[in-house]
Amino acid sequence: MRTRPLHTSVRRQALRTLLAVSAGLIGLGGSPAQAADDLVVGTILPLSGTFADQGAHYETGMRLYQEINGMKAAGRDIKIVVKDDQGPGSGDLARRLTQELIARDKAELIVGYSFTPNAMAAATILTQAKTPGVIVNAMTSVLTEKSPYYTRISGTMPMVAYTQGQWAAKQGKKTAYVIVSDYAPGIDAETWFIKGFEAGGGKIVGKDRTPLSAMEYGPFLQRAIEAKPEVLFGFNPGGDVSIAFMKQAGARLKGTGIQLMVTGDVVDDNLLPAMGDAVDGVISAWHYQADIDNAANKAFLKAFQTKYGAGKLPSYRVVQGYDAMDMAYKALAKTGGKTGDAFMEAIKGLRMDSPRGPISIDPATRDIVQNIYIRRGVMVGGVAVNKPFATVEAVKDPAK
Amino acid sequence: MNIQGFLTVLVDGLAYGMLLFLFSIGLSITLGLMRFINLAHGAFAMFGGYVMVVLVGSAGVPFLLALPVAFVATGVVGAALERTLITHIYRKSELQHVLFSIGLAFAAGAVANIVFGPQQQPIPLPEWASARVELLGTWTTGYRVFVMVAGVVALLALLALFHRTLFGARVRAAVDLRGTAESIGINVSRLFALTFGLGAACAGLGGALAVGFLGLDPSFPLKYLVIVLMVVAIGGPGSIMGSFVAALFLGAADALFKYYVPAVGGFVIYALLVLAMIFMPKGLARKGGGR
Repeated sequence: MRTRPLHTSVRRQALRTLLAVSAGLIGLGGSPAQAADDLVVGTILPLSGTFADQGAHYETGMRLYQEINGMKAAGRDIKIVVKDDQGPGSGDLARRLTQELIARDKAELIVGYSFTPNAMAAATILTQAKTPGVIVNAMTSVLTEKSPYYTRISGTMPMVAYTQGQWAAKQGKKTAYVIVSDYAPGIDAETWFIKGFEAGGGKIVGKDRTPLSAMEYGPFLQRAIEAKPEVLFGFNPGGDVSIAFMKQAGARLKGTGIQLMVTGDVVDDNLLPAMGDAVDGVISAWHYQADIDNAANKAFLKAFQTKYGAGKLPSYRVVQGYDAMDMAYKALAKTGGKTGDAFMEAIKGLRMDSPRGPISIDPATRDIVQNIYIRRGVMVGGVAVNKPFATVEAVKDPAK
Repeated sequence: MNIQGFLTVLVDGLAYGMLLFLFSIGLSITLGLMRFINLAHGAFAMFGGYVMVVLVGSAGVPFLLALPVAFVATGVVGAALERTLITHIYRKSELQHVLFSIGLAFAAGAVANIVFGPQQQPIPLPEWASARVELLGTWTTGYRVFVMVAGVVALLALLALFHRTLFGARVRAAVDLRGTAESIGINVSRLFALTFGLGAACAGLGGALAVGFLGLDPSFPLKYLVIVLMVVAIGGPGSIMGSFVAALFLGAADALFKYYVPAVGGFVIYALLVLAMIFMPKGLARKGGGR
């Protein structure tokens, strides 16, 4: 899955040349790997290691879309070819895989990049190859400026944190304490929550940055409690780190009157069972939760549950994978199956009815414009659920 | 100075330290007494964790009943593994210990990924676990108190076992002079299987208790390897008391530094490790690893 031994690739190359020559001899021509109408969507996701879980989610969404909407778009067979970039900190691998997909698999469209460094590293390859890249997750604002061939289907951290900060101030909250994990998205979250909160007249009474993989938050929570804020805003990278943070914050903040607020990925739907009642009453902001009332979401949930079981809920990552394919299909319909520059023109201003509500692509920045939902954790039959109770509509990335 | 805050943070740190002690004590035993460098130790902790998930989460077995099952089941698996695989490795070089056991840790993670999937495992905790408990003029949760009590019980039981029973005497004899121990009729290979199983069982118990605290996924065997090795190195391999003191010290120091100087708090324990290795390379218990 990772890197093929050199001799295989050389042999394969030789075989391919031979095939091409013989094909040319009998007057067929063209690439031997695919039929003329195939369109390869190169997909780069973390599918092994610590982050294998999330990688699988995007792929689930992409495949689910094809099961519902068929394998063809604009008359072309859409083939998904998946490669594993093993998670963050493997930008060089993501770059090489992008190159490989474009050169060897003849991918005309790339969907992928769960992590910012990986998308960062691949940007110049996309520019050189004039191949559109749909960022399926990586949420650092600046990414879409790294290549004119990038667009994004997920969202940006400033989009969420700024909206949440503004919303908190609008509710009359005056003071806040901020605890974020010490890495780029954490610092993004900290910066933009503070900007939003202060723009609304709020005051920050203290902030801490915690080590990225910290599992013990007692000391930081104690500092926050002593600062007596009305709001504690937290951000960390999900997974077990967020479970530890939420459990400890849930127990510590009980009875202090401090309102805990986090971004929606911290209380991702698929982490909720492991967090238990710590999520009760926690306010989060995000662009998707299973509890959204619109036709697209109903159809999406039905398809998902038919396939994976009645009680199962998709995470926002599944929706992002699903929407990435929707974007590809819609844009290809507009271009009549053309990719490259035509595809990039087609996505500008493109509107879609996503399970998360109406979304569009900002023509100026190629970044997504979408609703941000303000949700509260409630216990339903012993399981926590994120219930949306306010919607901030059509939010653009405030950082651009 | 804020006494209330200090105590709250200290109690939390001590509870975390107890968990580290339960994680690391098994490794300390196998490393110190049997001279086997077992980097797959975390895999046993993970095994104990998954036993809890299956029993408590899926089968609805009461939490307190599932703990001893996790302890015993992990011990049995550990002993079986020792008999079939690890027994062939003892006489090899230390590098081969390391390579073999790190491979085992990766394999265990991969198997867990196939069987349980890559996601975090939920586990319902009993009522008392989230209850508030007053302690030393501050408060903490029932679960943390329980972890602390379990740590102390494990400490006393292990101390008694190794220093007050015939089993402990035999293990120490076998470790010091294997040939002589065998010649006076001690079945050393069976003894080693039991000791290894005991070390694994302790890890299993630690893992079982950790699920409600730290969560559980297939990356568990490697995630806590560094901190566990730190406890063993500072405590001195083979020393039960040394591991105990080191674990509590690391837990408390980590928490307090994060509380008072959060900007650098995360690095302090690693600096302490470096200093400890320079000034007392054999750890707190010079006797244990000093041979």
